[in-house]
Amino acid sequence: MAKVLVVTSGKGGVGKTTTTAAIGAALAQSGQSVAVVDFDVGLRNLDLVLGAERRVVFDLINVVQGVAKLSQALIRDKRLETLWLLPASQTRDKDALTDHGVASVIKEMRGRFDWVICDSPAGIERGAQLAMRFADAALIVTNPEVSSVRDSDRIIGLLDSKTEKAEKGQRVEKHILITRYDPQRAARGEMISIEDVLDILSTPLLGIIPESEEVLRASNVGSPVTLSNPASAPARAYLDAARRLKGEPVPMTIPSDRKGLFDKLFGRRAA
Amino acid sequence: MTTAIAIRPQQSMRFRGRSFMAFVLAPLPPITGWLEELDKWGCNSPGFFVGRPIILDLAAVSLDGSGITELIGTLGERGIRVVGLEGTDPDSLGPSLPPLLKGGRQSAGVETLDTACEGTPQVVAMPSQRQEPTSLLLENPIRSGQSVIFPAGDITVLGSVASGAEVVAGGSIHVYGALRGRAMAGSMGNARARIFCSRNEAELISIDGYYRTAEEIDAGLRSRPTQCWLDDRILSIAALD
Repeated sequence: MAKVLVVTSGKGGVGKTTTTAAIGAALAQSGQSVAVVDFDVGLRNLDLVLGAERRVVFDLINVVQGVAKLSQALIRDKRLETLWLLPASQTRDKDALTDHGVASVIKEMRGRFDWVICDSPAGIERGAQLAMRFADAALIVTNPEVSSVRDSDRIIGLLDSKTEKAEKGQRVEKHILITRYDPQRAARGEMISIEDVLDILSTPLLGIIPESEEVLRASNVGSPVTLSNPASAPARAYLDAARRLKGEPVPMTIPSDRKGLFDKLFGRRAA
Repeated sequence: MTTAIAIRPQQSMRFRGRSFMAFVLAPLPPITGWLEELDKWGCNSPGFFVGRPIILDLAAVSLDGSGITELIGTLGERGIRVVGLEGTDPDSLGPSLPPLLKGGRQSAGVETLDTACEGTPQVVAMPSQRQEPTSLLLENPIRSGQSVIFPAGDITVLGSVASGAEVVAGGSIHVYGALRGRAMAGSMGNARARIFCSRNEAELISIDGYYRTAEEIDAGLRSRPTQCWLDDRILSIAALD
């Protein structure tokens, strides 16, 4: 049975699309069949980050409106044969998405893939709510700074009230992914510490992705960072996070770009 | 709906909260059919609506501003006075329409409307009043943007109250975690209510309308377990450790 995962944050620019691509690719590399869906109608980015922007013919709205079939809209990744993309429309806006339409698309995708990863837009309005509506699990991407943490808390509140699972009295499995973490700035006290973030959000930690120039380089060449440079610190962090998602007990570390130097932070395992 | 203001220590204007019970009428489409049903029931129980405030729940029908005005007028002809609306888009309401209400709670004691128009009206007796709970216990943290309102008594939270969240109680508030949001106790006019927390990082605290923002709270009390109470109309805060 497929798992629908929503990558959301509330705050914009924290790394949702980067994470969707990186984790989607990492899961596909391990043999799972993965579909990543871009819910950011009008401001689509997932196709750029995956290097598929020149092959987009049909999009999520076309499928919802019945103009195209799902198989016509899905774009297969050229590097990983089990990774597929359902892009968003760039010319329409979020009002074209309906609850019912999205429900049937997700249902069809559940039958075809092991993982359906929904890249949520920023904010708490319709687009973000629709992206999370049918999720079984959620990845809340947070930067270790005050506004991001508060926005993530808001989103967690919405995950517990506006999703189908919440309405049925069930729980959406939630994980925090801390991105753009800079250990030196944290040591100087310029960033909120990991412990404080987790204390405020009271949600288990899936991984810590360090700040790195590799992320920008990867998106410029249209590749998820886990594929373009798998030895880089963020790639290793994403690969660990993907393994934890699948249930493997991977000890929590913050990979650094310096060779041979691993910061073993605490003996805490991800829940 | 809830309190606010009262500038310390000068007392200028204070708003209080009060809760009333009102019946909700929820029309179903087609409206003409629903009005017929209502009339059938009305001949059963004439005068049922006299003096009762009625809330109109428009969630099942789609009416614009003029449609709503018309419906309210039609109901008015039948002696039904609509004091508030639910389940509709605030943008479609003009200033002459009753206000949009939110956060209505289910109330014990429901009368069913039986449309059998024969002889004595068939109104089911109100079920015996259940003991209404006077305290609310919440085991999960209160997330940013969430608002917990419980005018009937105390609220106890077994987690933290996030920044940007608010807890409003008619009685006292007990937070066994960090209080990072707003806590407003004694909202129905109870000056003896108190606020307790394991870790004070509150944005705003208020008892019976008298409030203080984080700015006005002594920095030495931050991050400590504290209690707040009203001492002769002055909001006092002290550490518990």
